[in-house]
Amino acid sequence: MSDTTFRKAICAALEEELERDERVLFFGEDVAAAGGVFAVTPGLYERFGPGRVFDTPISELALAGAAFGSAVVGKRPVFEVMFGDFLILAMDSLVNQAAKFWYISNEQAPVPLTVRCAVGAGGRFGAIHSQTPTPWLLGVPGIKIVAPSTPADAKGLLKSAIRDDNPVVVLEHKRLYSISGPEGDGTVPIGEANVVREGSDITIVAAMRGVHDALAAAETLAGDGIEAEVIDLRTLRPIDERTVLESVAKTNRVVMYDEGPELGGWARGLLGAVAERGLEDIDDSWVIASGELPIPYSPTLEDDFLPSAERLADEIRARVKAPARA
Amino acid sequence: MSAVETATTVDAVAGDWQPTADELAGGLRTMLLLRRFEEEMQRLFLRGEIHGTVHLYIGQEAVSAGVCSALEAGDWVAATYRGHGAALAQGSDPEALAAELLGRRTGTCGGRAGSMNIVDLDHGLVGCFGIVGGSIAAATGAALGCRGGDRVAVAFFGDGATNQAYFHECLNFAKVLELPVLFVCENNLYGEFTPLAQSTAGADIAGRARVFDIPAARVDGNRWEVVAAAARAAVARMRAGEGPQFIEALTYRHLGHSKSDAGRYRPPEEVEAWLARDPIDQLRATLADDERADAIDAEVGGELTAAVERALAAPFPDPAVDRATEYAP
Ligand SMILES: Cc1ncc(C[n+]2csc(CCOP(=O)(O)OP(=O)(O)O)c2C)c(N)n1
Ligand SMILES: [Mg+2]
Repeated sequence: MSDTTFRKAICAALEEELERDERVLFFGEDVAAAGGVFAVTPGLYERFGPGRVFDTPISELALAGAAFGSAVVGKRPVFEVMFGDFLILAMDSLVNQAAKFWYISNEQAPVPLTVRCAVGAGGRFGAIHSQTPTPWLLGVPGIKIVAPSTPADAKGLLKSAIRDDNPVVVLEHKRLYSISGPEGDGTVPIGEANVVREGSDITIVAAMRGVHDALAAAETLAGDGIEAEVIDLRTLRPIDERTVLESVAKTNRVVMYDEGPELGGWARGLLGAVAERGLEDIDDSWVIASGELPIPYSPTLEDDFLPSAERLADEIRARVKAPARA
Repeated sequence: MSAVETATTVDAVAGDWQPTADELAGGLRTMLLLRRFEEEMQRLFLRGEIHGTVHLYIGQEAVSAGVCSALEAGDWVAATYRGHGAALAQGSDPEALAAELLGRRTGTCGGRAGSMNIVDLDHGLVGCFGIVGGSIAAATGAALGCRGGDRVAVAFFGDGATNQAYFHECLNFAKVLELPVLFVCENNLYGEFTPLAQSTAGADIAGRARVFDIPAARVDGNRWEVVAAAARAAVARMRAGEGPQFIEALTYRHLGHSKSDAGRYRPPEEVEAWLARDPIDQLRATLADDERADAIDAEVGGELTAAVERALAAPFPDPAVDRATEYAP
């Protein structure tokens, strides 16, 4: 498989699924004629036409509601919410309609909808164009959240999301759109984490852009004789606790590394699960996340606010110190 | 567009105000300030001094300059991510605004907000809102806070925002409560890359307000004196307790939606026709005093250059010193 970019991999997944299943629809603000404000979806409108791929008014609640209603009657809608920050305008339909329908209808019909959104900070976009909506969604039973870090996972997880019979939110970190990597083939299962680097001294758990920071930190630490294992969660709900517990059983130390706020994020929750189910394996465990503030605009403030590979490496070095080598 | 008439002269707008030469010159000064400021910001963005993104107001100056000329101290304004114009028209300090966009500690919000989210309560700016439609709610709320007094609030928003729940809920809410809020839709014919007609059923924005029984005028938003006259009339009605008012101002952004947009989706003839109707050129023609106009332009330009220089010389916030607190004490 040749290399591709993250954004092209997403477009390829949409194209393949639109081709494969005529029930699939794709819509959003400026996604069709213009090909998306992040240039992720060019060509789909031309290829599949306005019946399958179309631009919408700036009406996020209507987008989510239309996706929900059409999913219940048999379509497989995919819609884009341009920035994850705007998902909040779509939340009523997503949370009170889509996420609950399967259960409260006594399983009369599934809700196979997918929502894609660009998330993440570091681009100097300020407080309302930089958030990652994970904490808003984690407490909603019925919703799945996928969070790829590579082009291959972006493609495979989006394909799985579209084929999944539940509402799935696909988080696309803005600062990954231009990275390259193998395109990958087929689907990537939702709910399965990936051990992307093996190590015996500490487990770093991360997602999306955080995985790249974790790998960079692991490289630095290797120079100091510390071998970090890096887990790419890939799905944030339902979260793959088993892979994390297996790793911690081996390394006995774990740090959860997340870009979002510590309170309400996946990191604390996962740490709780590790404490509950793997306590005897833990010598040390902590969370590195961002502070409890809105995301600042100014470069000096934003850089200080966000966790970094350097901080991750420094904290691990300070806490792991000289590991006893067998 | 529907059968609704667009007012293109002061006389066509209800009210008895006729601008004096000094008022026209004042309007021109404000518009030139807005224009030259945005030109500076565009340069700074291209030089990499301004980060993220920036939405410029060039071409639409007559709208906020006209509307804000009808306001008094104590009135409130809420605007959008394309809000530098409204901020300056309210009297926000250009140096602080530039410093904010540059991410400096001396910025209007200490560098925390950036271009899309400016707040300047001292100058009656409730805020610029990065969410399409957000300004409509903020101004509705500010008007609720003004109820019973003689202060009013103004919401600036785009044509695209009229498809948001915020728009429909707030117009209804404001009318039911008879709040003193002036809704000003800056109809620049596009929301990002999508033409109005493709996103907005009926394509009659003033008509949407009339459905809520809110008096609505559609005006030539490239003529400062027409916008100013319509705003004066609307503000007078609000101060007289007549409840919410609506102005649809037809205008055009000269540049792309934001920094990365070259605006290729717009037919060149359309762009040219609007450039020929530049609001600043038109007001200069109305003022008919080139010497005075040139002097104002030179003065504004000089002030801005100095302000931008000072802003550039200011320090960035130091996270070790400029500590933030999560909650108000
Ligand atoms: C809720 C929400 N959806 C989408 C966006 C992205 N966006 C920013 S500006 C814009 C277009 C708005 O068009 P309009 O209301 O006409 O205002 P204009 O930009 O033309 O001044 C869009 C879609 C946003 N900021 N907020
Ligand atoms: Mg517009």
